[in-house]
Amino acid sequence: MEILTWTYLLVGISFAIYIGIAIWTRAGSTKEFYVAGGGVSPLANGMATAADWMSAASFISMAGIIAFAGYDGSVYLMGWTGGYVLLALLLAPYLRKFGKFTVPDFVGDRYYSKTAKIVAVICALFISFTYVAGQMRGVGIVFSRYLEVPIEWGVVIGMCIVFFYAVLGGMKGITYTQVAQYCVLIFAYMVPAIFISMQLTGNPIPQLGLGGEVSDGTYLLDKLDGVLADLGFAEYTSGRKGMMDMFMITLALMVGTAGLPHVIVRFFTVPKVKDARLSAGYALVFIAILYTTAPAIAAFGIYNAINSTSEKKVSELPAWISTWQKTDLIKVDDKNGDGIVQYLPDQEKNELSIDRDIMVLASPEIAELPNWVVGLVAAGAMAAALSTAAGLLLVISTSVSRDLFKTFKPEISEKKELRIARIAAAGAVILAGYFGVNPPGFVAQVVAFAFGLAAASFFPVIIMGIFSDRINKEGAIAGMLTGLVFTLAYIIYFKFISPELNTAENWWFGVSPEGIGSIGMILNFLVCILVSSFTPAPPKEVQEMVQDIRIPRGAGQASDH
Amino acid sequence: MPSEPKINTKGYWRKNLQTLFILLFIWFLVSFGFGVLWVEELNQIRLGGFKLGFWFAQQGSIYVFVLLIFVYVYRMNKLDKEFDVHED
Repeated sequence: MEILTWTYLLVGISFAIYIGIAIWTRAGSTKEFYVAGGGVSPLANGMATAADWMSAASFISMAGIIAFAGYDGSVYLMGWTGGYVLLALLLAPYLRKFGKFTVPDFVGDRYYSKTAKIVAVICALFISFTYVAGQMRGVGIVFSRYLEVPIEWGVVIGMCIVFFYAVLGGMKGITYTQVAQYCVLIFAYMVPAIFISMQLTGNPIPQLGLGGEVSDGTYLLDKLDGVLADLGFAEYTSGRKGMMDMFMITLALMVGTAGLPHVIVRFFTVPKVKDARLSAGYALVFIAILYTTAPAIAAFGIYNAINSTSEKKVSELPAWISTWQKTDLIKVDDKNGDGIVQYLPDQEKNELSIDRDIMVLASPEIAELPNWVVGLVAAGAMAAALSTAAGLLLVISTSVSRDLFKTFKPEISEKKELRIARIAAAGAVILAGYFGVNPPGFVAQVVAFAFGLAAASFFPVIIMGIFSDRINKEGAIAGMLTGLVFTLAYIIYFKFISPELNTAENWWFGVSPEGIGSIGMILNFLVCILVSSFTPAPPKEVQEMVQDIRIPRGAGQASDH
Repeated sequence: MPSEPKINTKGYWRKNLQTLFILLFIWFLVSFGFGVLWVEELNQIRLGGFKLGFWFAQQGSIYVFVLLIFVYVYRMNKLDKEFDVHED
């Protein structure tokens, strides 16, 4: 069968499964809509968290980013996994014990203040929206590339699917579709990786193949270092970023991960405190499978790409190169007309340009795998995009219906609240879809900063809300605003006002806008502690609540009261 | 109904913080320490086909993260029972 037939078939089957699950598990109450009834098993929640977490960017682009960045790409690997340690140890069990539905819920109660809650809602909405707009664009790109429809149509198809199960199923529907989506995406990621690893190094486990030997008996990574150095590029295993910047970006990504509302909310769905801890462990196992494979795909990919093109005759390039040349993801331009491809760092003389997404997208063809594997990778990429988009949309709808509507109109009935949640979800899908079709120029850039903002706003006030009973509302509000405004100002200055100054000499302490969230977080902590020490301690019942969330017993199910 | 025995909350919390401190120290060491700060020094040592610092940055730290969470789960379940604050 043709590649396109296989793609339609496998994508169609996977969509049918998601919709079937959504109908079967649709939400009947607000509790099911917000936290899946609080009865999800730790293992299922771990899988759902992993699918929620790993977006189209993780699936398609991350290996490619690492392939071209080498050691510098490690910030993403450590940053997007290390956050789960913070989440498991410092946040998940206590927030589960607290037992409400959202992060602003916690901020509002712990800091006994509507203002604090509203600030938290604004942070949550801002972070989720920047993130989801990027996802919707990703959905569109994936659909258009594989199904050969225009990007706009891709976005619309994606919107319809997400609309269907997020609006109908709420958290309950999303959770169980995400379990299915995880299985699809990890299978699709691993199959080509295993085959390429076997082909190159003879070792079927990509994580070991990365340290294995290529056919001439030298180690793959040493060979890669040598090949790149000969061509005039930096060595694969050594870094170009400054150490301070590496440190701060990694920290911002880790802390940001632990502060993202759509990740935190997943830990409200398990029955017990014990389950919340275990669930974070499972989630990281499922995430680690992909995240330890990605650097292997990266090294295999760049090695294969250079090996099969550099100094080779233009007329004798392998078949997969000409296939992907049609999509413009690989461009060969014989500038000096010698009939041979030169891959060089000098843009004037370089004759080969490779899009980073190629490392994953072309992997089945590089490994000479049958056509159905290409269809499988397509289904996996779509699973990754849809699961993340759905999780974010749920946070947005919950923020609107519960954190905004219910805060000001506490008397609305459950049925009405559920309806508002559904309308909000529908509105969010449409708005996100609009941004997917007409991406504002800043979206792609801003997505990466959602982490910095989460790190600088949420993380410190949640941590201190749990680990200190002295921090009060004045401190929390001042801290959140300081972190948010500082981080936002630094990013806006270097990215939008004076992008020409965005170089290492002008950065404060050598920290790039990507890593500035770490400094924002430290400021948030400092301001929060300082302001709290000059203002009165929180009321007694709040101090008792802090004591209570530290003890697992009596968690019960997530509730309104 | 007999009144419940007083739970030693302070003791439980202190043990919890101790556990956190040790585990987070290791978390910091394998990622920021081995993967970033001392990566050059560790790269002089080899682990098969890997330079050790590079291995920690792209593989090792992630394995250790997973281990840390499971050690935490195990340790906290024991502490919960020891101080009688477990859920069931």
